[in-house]
Amino acid sequence: MTAFTNIPKQIEEQLESTSRREFLKTSGMLVVSVGVATVAGVDPLAGAGAGQAAGPYPDPDFRQLDSWIVIHENNTATFYVGKTDCGQGTGTAFRQMMSDELDIAFDKTTCIMGSTDVTVDQGGSGGSDAIQVDGWPMRRVAAEARRVLLDLASARLGAPVDQLSVNEGVISVKADSSRQATYGELIGGKRFNVTLRGNDINATAGVAKVKTVQELKMVGRSPQRYDIPAKVDGSLKWAVDAKAPGMVHARNVRPPVAGAKLVAIDESSVRGVPGFIKVVRRGNYAAVVCEREEQAIRAARQLKINWEKPANPSFPPSEKLYEYLRSATPTSSARPNVVGNADAAMSGAAKVVEADYEFPFQGHTALAPAHAMADPSNDQMTIYSNDMKSYGLRSGVAEFLQMPRDRVRVVWMEGPQGYGRTAADDAGFEAAFLAKETGRPVRVQWMRDEETAWDTKGPAYAVKMRGGLDAQGRLVALDYNARAADYNHVGYNEPDTVLIAQLMGRRRATPAAGGASLPSDMYAIPNRRMAAHVVSLPLVWETPLRTGNLRDPNGPQVTFAAESFIDELAAAAHADPVEFRLSLLTASTADDEGFRRARSIAVVKAAAETFGWDPRPSPKSPRTGTGRVLTGRGVSYSFRNQTVVAEIAEVEVNRDTGRVWVKRLVCAHDCGLVINPEALRRTIEGALLHSLSRALREEVQFDTEKVTTVDWNSSPTLTHADAPERIDVVLVNGDPNPNRPDLPHYGAGEAACKPGIAAVANAIFDATGVRLRRVPFRDARVLTALKAAGV
Amino acid sequence: MSKITLKVNGTTHTVDVEPSTPLLYILRNDLGLHGPRFGCGLGQCGACAVIINGAATRSCITPTSTVKGEVTTLEGLARGGALHPIQQAWIDEQVPQCGFCQNGQIITAIALLDRNPNPTDAQIRESMNRTLCRCMTYYRIQTAIKRAAKTMADASGSRKEVVA
Repeated sequence: MTAFTNIPKQIEEQLESTSRREFLKTSGMLVVSVGVATVAGVDPLAGAGAGQAAGPYPDPDFRQLDSWIVIHENNTATFYVGKTDCGQGTGTAFRQMMSDELDIAFDKTTCIMGSTDVTVDQGGSGGSDAIQVDGWPMRRVAAEARRVLLDLASARLGAPVDQLSVNEGVISVKADSSRQATYGELIGGKRFNVTLRGNDINATAGVAKVKTVQELKMVGRSPQRYDIPAKVDGSLKWAVDAKAPGMVHARNVRPPVAGAKLVAIDESSVRGVPGFIKVVRRGNYAAVVCEREEQAIRAARQLKINWEKPANPSFPPSEKLYEYLRSATPTSSARPNVVGNADAAMSGAAKVVEADYEFPFQGHTALAPAHAMADPSNDQMTIYSNDMKSYGLRSGVAEFLQMPRDRVRVVWMEGPQGYGRTAADDAGFEAAFLAKETGRPVRVQWMRDEETAWDTKGPAYAVKMRGGLDAQGRLVALDYNARAADYNHVGYNEPDTVLIAQLMGRRRATPAAGGASLPSDMYAIPNRRMAAHVVSLPLVWETPLRTGNLRDPNGPQVTFAAESFIDELAAAAHADPVEFRLSLLTASTADDEGFRRARSIAVVKAAAETFGWDPRPSPKSPRTGTGRVLTGRGVSYSFRNQTVVAEIAEVEVNRDTGRVWVKRLVCAHDCGLVINPEALRRTIEGALLHSLSRALREEVQFDTEKVTTVDWNSSPTLTHADAPERIDVVLVNGDPNPNRPDLPHYGAGEAACKPGIAAVANAIFDATGVRLRRVPFRDARVLTALKAAGV
Repeated sequence: MSKITLKVNGTTHTVDVEPSTPLLYILRNDLGLHGPRFGCGLGQCGACAVIINGAATRSCITPTSTVKGEVTTLEGLARGGALHPIQQAWIDEQVPQCGFCQNGQIITAIALLDRNPNPTDAQIRESMNRTLCRCMTYYRIQTAIKRAAKTMADASGSRKEVVA
């Protein structure tokens, strides 16, 4: 493995903004000659606070090469990209891709991400598109920089470009390698002053072409992630660590029940708390500000507020949720996706199978609650945040505070798990608002109960499935009908949907429609109908059951139902579950655009082969295991935005306790061209186990007025004891021509979240003959089901 | 408020705080040590763990006035510029995803190997079980602990050979 690059302290890089802005300021115009200005020395900034640069903070121009790449005099390069790395190693991958195109050694590069005034706006993170989409402009601008450097070298060395060669940042004359120039000598510390083209940032391009896959050297290797050492030795400065001179601490005070109205605050209840500064209130939003953190926590607990409960129940209690979802009138229904005539085929089928699947609200429950620090000094607003969409936070806060956008900036720093939680960055808005109210830098952090109850939730689903088999056990009709509790789905850092805006009453006139999703498999089924509806709970605003994007926002729910049901159909047909799926994938003769079907077949086969799959129908007969423990295996397959995953789980089910242990997981994964195999494997492992946690443990519970899961006891998660004994990740490239020069790279952050829950349910069925159709499969629920079935 | 003296990572500090203040806030806000982090404030997740008298201790529920022994934080684990073998194993295995919980994982693993240098898989699971990771890196953490145990055993074996 390649050794780590000893990058400058991340925080210092982030905060060199003044010099970076000066550097960019003069690069906005097209200048023919290269290299007039030099990069000012790094200012480790010392700081936030009174010394904070006043701005303005104009957007870096993505059509300027200098906005993306700086070559330093010591022949190193810094890449400035508009993404954030939520812990999957995308920053390392960007460096691999860009150093390959630039032709510079990987360990001579660094990467700066996500700070709005020093990096171009690529939107931050989301949708697992960092490599799939944003990687392309990065590759193209790096290739363009190489082209410009070759032109410069040609002039300096007096040789045409086609007689030059490049190796790791050194350009030589092919015929006489003593005639050479380094990138640093050619342009170190100076600007390229090259204008790029492209209608939008994703289309950014220069004149140069990117390399073929065969020419890439760092792509496909596994340099260690550069961010890990500082996370292990304690030197990394996280967003939770941001400090500024004069900074004070705030804590929110949430309504005790959903939809409560704040009637009055008794400020005298906290005036005696040491360090007390003020209570801030707007509508139903309340917070306390104190000098020290523990003082703010105490004051928030002690503050007496008179709340008025809403007249009507805010939602059904969680144990009646599915009943409610099935009987409520949908707020919207998408036009069904129809092939053939499912109803007619169903009525002519030899066997019809029906099943209802239920999937609860699940929270992000990030390991650390929401947090941010905002500095209002010098008539600007700087927010130090782990917001994965930092650019959106900047625009949202500017609008929220009615400040000029170029007076607001977000400095992105690392934080606990992105996965969509910080795409609606409540704490960032709160910190900025409180800083403006207080006139001092304010750090706000939510408490555990607040985060677990009030974070954004993945929508609950109720899905009805029906399938028809002919006399030969072939699937002739499939009907999918889903209801998702997703009305008023929270968007990305919108100043009229974040929680503080809702509580203040600054909400948009029309709630977002929300969405309900369909399966995205490549099965060929002659008659198929897929319909999905959105349902609203009674309380629409100011609710702790507000839905937002949770890692593959609808995938686990939809795939749990769809892939469990395929298994039920296979069982009804007395077919092996892998062979049944392969028969559905191979049945089509339609044009296989993007090789989706061919790649699906390859992935399912790879998973089965790696597992050592023994073809037979489920459930296993007779049941086998050791003592009171039964064993079984289950398969599941999914397709997400060009990335294919098949997963096989081997489980042990304890008949006395109901405990399910997933002893072994196999995951076959095809995301096209792989940038960093080892980092990808770990990302997939994380996604597999995240999915396992959602399968076995996670559920938001509530009564009719509040969420009752508020800590790690009431809201359990997967633990060390649940970790599989063995995980095999197989990286597949099922492209019919995996050696083609333009092999695309797809996304991988979320795809492996999809199939796992069904794989576990299918394995439990295989082991016990008992079908679990409601998530999660906690011990008590499994035990009850086993007893009911006499297992 | 009262004056409390703490020895942390080999250095003695005196702070003037409310005695019941959890140690976590003193370490982070007064001593500038950011290895331990707030996760729950309830002693349930482990993100705030530090070592006191050889035991992994949850600093978010430890009143500062009750701290009697020397405190070691993530920042104080390296010796002579070399990372602790557990930290090195975390890098070699590329354990973290976001990394936010890894302070607690590393501190808890060190306390485990200090009292049991060669734990079984079951003992690792049991000892680490209350230290949570929401990126679900458990599988790699357990692999890294086994790697570190082996490294430490090899090192101590080679030291013994030299002595012999």
